[in-house]
Amino acid sequence: MLDVLPGNAAEVMLGESATPESVAALSAKLGLDRPAPVRYADWMKGLATGELGTSIAYDTPIAQLVAERLVVTVPLALMAMALTTLLAFSLGLYAASRHGRGGDIGVMAASQIGIAIPNFWFAILLILAFAVKLRWFSAGGFPGWSEADGGGVGAGLRALVLPAVALAVVQAAILARIVRSAVLDVLREDFVRTARAKGATPRGVLWGHVLRNAMVPVLTVMGLQFANLLTGTVVIENVFSLPGLGRLVFQAIANRDLLVVRDVVMLLAAAVVLINFVVDMLYVVIDPRLRVRAA
Amino acid sequence: MKGAGSRVRWRRANFVIGATLVTLLVGLALLSFVWTPYSPTDLDIPHKLQPPTPAHWLGTDSLGRDIVSLLIVGSRVSIAVGLIAVGIGIAFGVGIGLLAAVKRGWVEEAVMRFADFTFAFPALLSAIMLTAIYGPGLVTSIVAIGIFNVPVFARITRASALVVRSREFVLAARALGKSEWQITIEHVLPNIAALLIVQATIQFAIAILAEAALSYLGLGTQPPTPSWGRMLNEAQAQLFQAPQLAIYPGVAIALTVLGLNLMGDGLRDILDPRLMRRR
Repeated sequence: MLDVLPGNAAEVMLGESATPESVAALSAKLGLDRPAPVRYADWMKGLATGELGTSIAYDTPIAQLVAERLVVTVPLALMAMALTTLLAFSLGLYAASRHGRGGDIGVMAASQIGIAIPNFWFAILLILAFAVKLRWFSAGGFPGWSEADGGGVGAGLRALVLPAVALAVVQAAILARIVRSAVLDVLREDFVRTARAKGATPRGVLWGHVLRNAMVPVLTVMGLQFANLLTGTVVIENVFSLPGLGRLVFQAIANRDLLVVRDVVMLLAAAVVLINFVVDMLYVVIDPRLRVRAA
Repeated sequence: MKGAGSRVRWRRANFVIGATLVTLLVGLALLSFVWTPYSPTDLDIPHKLQPPTPAHWLGTDSLGRDIVSLLIVGSRVSIAVGLIAVGIGIAFGVGIGLLAAVKRGWVEEAVMRFADFTFAFPALLSAIMLTAIYGPGLVTSIVAIGIFNVPVFARITRASALVVRSREFVLAARALGKSEWQITIEHVLPNIAALLIVQATIQFAIAILAEAALSYLGLGTQPPTPSWGRMLNEAQAQLFQAPQLAIYPGVAIALTVLGLNLMGDGLRDILDPRLMRRR
């Protein structure tokens, strides 16, 4: 796609003041003098084998840079997703059980506000409350996972708490509404009435029948949300100065390190596609009827 | 029946609150063209970081600029981004979606695969990619957000156009000898317009959030143009001295998005009451 756009990657990386000689030298170094299909094939081969080329700004293999940053971004995204799921299911099930009553209206109103809040602003508010006023957490930075570097697992997880909460609360507001409406839809089904009539306990009905049947729409949204969380980390890592993929791509833009930007963006996009593919696969695990229909 | 009645009133109240917030935003943006308490670009360093006073209702920022004036002028950027980005989405997305619904076959398949591909690049990722090539700026971010809107509208248009095209009145129009494109313009488009309007309010809110995030990162609106996202970026550096600066722009963004979402929900119920009964 970069080839379709006007200009040359070497010109972009060197800036407007670059001489034609330096542009030509960098073009040759990056292999831009070769035909686009050949470069595309090489790049795809590199993606498959993990050899992504070398960062101009860091003079380090991009794969190594990405691997170093993933140890922050992946735990952050997973923590945020776990928190999102926990919050959304608790609130969504509570609202569904209080349908039409105060608790339901309260959860729905809170989720409407939650959806409207930008996650980076919520992150700043969390810093203001828990770092500036209460001083329970640091306002940013990441000590690392290794105790030898002055960090450790506990310290690392602690540094990710506020960023994960900032990412999760907004996503949970959306997911709680989906959980509520999916559960309400299933509760109206005849098989739920039958299960109750056969003497199943409320807990048994909820776990054995309602949740399982409500999971297909919920999973679809969760797949889309994981994509939002991944792109959300780009912003949140910058709010908290966390050395993850988001910070890397941001620094790469500042350094005009186009290859790093390209590869990180493609990696995130590939993760989005992969997650949605996994969600599609999970449908048939959760709802075997879909397997029969597909066959 | 009593429950259904109170639900209708509740929904109408939501719509009224949403429409009021959106009207206020548009009013503020229009007002900014003729009046602001102070110029949003005038620096007044001796009076920097002032708390709210009768002269400066919400105080001043680190460069002595009046916060109220910055907020009022900042609303212009949000509206402009929302309008243009949604406009790009509707202009291309609706056209592509209708084409897929009318032509079917490989055209439809190609459109849907294009939509899948574009969906893998959320607005923020597209903006980062474009910024890396063209440099940061408002135009780049609007284009990126607009590109993200195209598949959203294309998918919705295709799906709803297929439903409308299976109705009897379309068959009747075809029997009268109307061409496929005449049917699409005269019958299909008016019948899916309500759905598109509702989606437009949702995408408008998403565009405002995306622009704010990009400006916060320094990739969107550039100084000296005021924008709510940039104000938050600048406020974060003053978090210990003037924490109130981080509150106002965020409240402005949240109220705007809340207003658009409530208005979208309300519009959906007004334009398609069957949906409300299902909730």
